[in-house]
Amino acid sequence: MTRMDSEQQNTWAVETKGLSKFFGHIIALHEVNIKVPYHQLVTIIGPNGAGKSTLMRILSTLSRPSRGQVYVDGLDVGKWGAEIRRRIGYATHQPLLYNDLSVRENLRFFGHMYGVPDLETRIQQLLAKVELLDRQHDTVRTLSRGMQQRLAIARAVLHSPTILLLDEPYAGLDQHATELLTHLLHEWLSSGSTILMTTHDLNWAARISDKVLVLLNGRLVHQTEASALSEKHIRELYRQYAGGGL
Amino acid sequence: MNFWRGITAILRKDVLTELRSKETVSTLSVFALLVVVIFNFAFELRVENAHQIAPGVLWVALAFAGVLAFNRSFLLEREGGCMEGLRLMPMERSVIYVGKLLANILFMLLAEAIILPIFAALFDVPILNAALWMVIVLGTIGFAAAGTLFAAMAVNTRAREVMLPILLFPIAVPVLIASTKSTAQILDGQPLFEIYAWIRLLLAFDVIFIVLALLSFEHVLEE
Amino acid sequence: MSKVKTNSWQLLITMTALSITISLYLIFLYVPSERIMGIVQRIFYFHVPSAWVGFLAFFVAFLCGIRYLARREARWDAVENASIEIGVLFSTIVLVSGSIWARPVWNTWWTWDPRLTTTLVMWLYYVASLLLRQMVEDKERKARFSAVLSIAGFINVPVVFLAIRLWRTIHPVLFTTEGAAIEPSMLLTLLSSLLSFTLLYLCLLLIRVGLASLEDELNNLKLLSTLHSPEGVE
Repeated sequence: MTRMDSEQQNTWAVETKGLSKFFGHIIALHEVNIKVPYHQLVTIIGPNGAGKSTLMRILSTLSRPSRGQVYVDGLDVGKWGAEIRRRIGYATHQPLLYNDLSVRENLRFFGHMYGVPDLETRIQQLLAKVELLDRQHDTVRTLSRGMQQRLAIARAVLHSPTILLLDEPYAGLDQHATELLTHLLHEWLSSGSTILMTTHDLNWAARISDKVLVLLNGRLVHQTEASALSEKHIRELYRQYAGGGL
Repeated sequence: MNFWRGITAILRKDVLTELRSKETVSTLSVFALLVVVIFNFAFELRVENAHQIAPGVLWVALAFAGVLAFNRSFLLEREGGCMEGLRLMPMERSVIYVGKLLANILFMLLAEAIILPIFAALFDVPILNAALWMVIVLGTIGFAAAGTLFAAMAVNTRAREVMLPILLFPIAVPVLIASTKSTAQILDGQPLFEIYAWIRLLLAFDVIFIVLALLSFEHVLEE
Repeated sequence: MSKVKTNSWQLLITMTALSITISLYLIFLYVPSERIMGIVQRIFYFHVPSAWVGFLAFFVAFLCGIRYLARREARWDAVENASIEIGVLFSTIVLVSGSIWARPVWNTWWTWDPRLTTTLVMWLYYVASLLLRQMVEDKERKARFSAVLSIAGFINVPVVFLAIRLWRTIHPVLFTTEGAAIEPSMLLTLLSSLLSFTLLYLCLLLIRVGLASLEDELNNLKLLSTLHSPEGVE
């Protein structure tokens, strides 16, 4: 592990330098440079097709960058895939769960894969947090969209990752679940996690996060502290959005 | 450490899913039996030549059934994006290959345990023979080793179910030949050293494909 | 295209044409007919080099496959694909010329000789792998799958050959491994023919790879004409 430690430049939770991603001739990301500090909630906003999900997939090592350097928790994604995957939690609009297994069995499977200590207690705790305790023995197939989303988030944090990557975590959640998730995000933040998430809701992003990044057509066009976002600023950004073909 | 933990977790998960649905082993057995019966009609079997074609019928049935099993094992992972879930696990992705391979071998062996007695009755061949079982296990491993690798690719193509057999059968020609020939020799009661060359060939094939898959699976699973 | 490239291309074409002319002369005018088989034996000078080129082509594809997986440069995929296509073409020639030859000599169109059977199995496999390419949308994934398949296929060739040889313990041995059995004039003709086919393979490979890059460029232009600015994807 010493070699790995020497590689770590632990200033940023997530750092990309000149990150580009091509799908054939299509440019999904173009020269993206971002820096996400530790212990903050950073939101990436942008219209559909801006490249948000592509970026999240690269950070979670599901997808390879075509060009540029990407470091997660100080580790190069090209070299330390397995180690990065241990330190991150990733949730997306697909639940990534087994429909034929029960809620608890799903979490148990992923818990075994991560080697989570004292797994049953951890599962019990998490299920209570995402309010799925009474459905724990039902198969995932029978859960509603919103419940599956909550379970997917529980799966993502099962192994207590230091960095959470959440791709549109609010999609499909009702009012109550939205409040629940916001509460949980703040709880995780105060316990030392770093959260990077995507959304297309600018107002919401400004309200809950520390920092906002704006992605348009695969380019990072704006990077600002959320506190610096004024009403006027937001309106200006919306206009840019519209120009970007929303 | 990590490696084994991942493998056992995947194997356990696949077995649990199978225990719940019982779909893979049952469809495999029924399908393999159907192939055996169809061959009966196709060759208009009489007792005197039944013995001669029995090994061929058995292995063709197993090969066809294997294709079903391998395809199914990856189609299940596609549902709900589960393959992504696996790819997020904190280990080398060759772990996924080994876990899936073991599950496939296990399901095939279970199906074989069901159909072998029936096959023995239909063709009047003795199956209580350790050498025969060894050949069946080695042959199954060979089919599964190549089949699991190719199925992971085939499910990502437009033709899905069709693509696997047309890739797998030419590649698995050595397994088919070796298994059929040695099964025939064992059923004919030939001495064990006669089938030694075949066993070696099966072992070589098994090792080659498992090593190849371990080295290339990361590339196959990438998106 | 650079001048050096054009010059060496012209040189290759000239050499190939020259070599083929010489080979044709050797095959049809110079070399004597084989005593027992007669004139039909001259198909040998097409059959064996085609088999060689088929094998060479699949070997090149195997190397390119490894190279592609290690480097992820699209041109290795282009060379690999071109080589497999040419390999399939020459394997087809092997199978057809083998049949034509077998008919008068062995009185059958087909024999389960290990070499022929291995060629047939390889042919089926590589045709399937070309089919797979058609079935994958994503260009990069297509290249990766294709690379793994060409590696697996080539590694498997000796195993297939061994299996078939063991299976057919009694097979017609046409050429023994000791090359001494062949007459000097026949050997010369065969070598010349081998050279011609190898050069021809190189020409076809270069043309096919060039064609692939033109196709690529065309797709690029088509895409640019439909989109004014490169649009992102989610």
